[in-house]
Amino acid sequence: MPAVKSLEELKKIREEALKKRDIKTPSAHVQIVVGMGTPGIAAGARDTLKEFLTMIEEKNLTDIVVRQTGNFGMDSVEPVVQVIIDDAKPVTYGKVTPFAARQIMEEHVIGGTIVQANVIPS
Amino acid sequence: MKEIALHLLDLAENSVSAEAHTVHVSVAEDFRKDKLTISVEDDGLGMNEDAVKQLGDPFYTSRTTRKVGLGIPLLKEQAETCNGKMNITSTPGIGTKVEAAFQHSHIDRLPLGNLTTTFLTLTVAHPDIHWIFTYFYNPPFHGSERVFEFDDGPIKETLDGVPLTHPDVITYLRHSLEEGFAEARK
Repeated sequence: MPAVKSLEELKKIREEALKKRDIKTPSAHVQIVVGMGTPGIAAGARDTLKEFLTMIEEKNLTDIVVRQTGNFGMDSVEPVVQVIIDDAKPVTYGKVTPFAARQIMEEHVIGGTIVQANVIPS
Repeated sequence: MKEIALHLLDLAENSVSAEAHTVHVSVAEDFRKDKLTISVEDDGLGMNEDAVKQLGDPFYTSRTTRKVGLGIPLLKEQAETCNGKMNITSTPGIGTKVEAAFQHSHIDRLPLGNLTTTFLTLTVAHPDIHWIFTYFYNPPFHGSERVFEFDDGPIKETLDGVPLTHPDVITYLRHSLEEGFAEARK
């Protein structure tokens, strides 16, 4: 039976992460919530979520939490993603393909400018 | 749904909605018996017999935002098309187990798809749930059967406050899963 990668390695990652975090605020600044109900999944929400994770790895971003939730109830515009930065009003995006996810990450999460083309008006 | 792995994600999401604490997801590829079996077992709210019976009906759903639920009926139809079947057992207050079997070599069987991505997203994006993934592989000709088990309990415990979305943690999880599957299929 193949062994799971060692927990020792994970402990090191944890210590490194905590060392760097001392100077920053303890909670995450950005929350990204992906709708993962049946319609979301069928429309590609898993790969959208994966793209956010890939970008976190690529750009080494430490203040972001990615979560998934059930159905947002907006089937025609799936995959639906909500971006919440600090105390700002949540921004809801529709038709978030992996390509759009990349754009949202670069322009909104990192750059601070909302990607208007994908916003669902609330 | 284009992949079995997406059906697993869908089933797992049902378990989360049912307020499960621990969810066991398993995939068994048995080439000798020409069979592919998937299952999702949770300790969530569970359902009574009547609710279980209605699950194959696309016009039954527990959701309030919409009146049709296609996840389970789609999976059932796909299993039956591939000389397999779907089975659901559930007890209120105990939990639910959904199991689906397919003829592995059936021409209409959906590809397994990307299990790493499915398991990675579940682990990372549902930090409060304890996930146990099991992958069983029985090779076609010779060689013994192999099992890869990924239990995120010790991982979440070790992290103790460091988010699962920390870039190094994502890399760690992704590598653990990729290597685990590769090792089991070797």
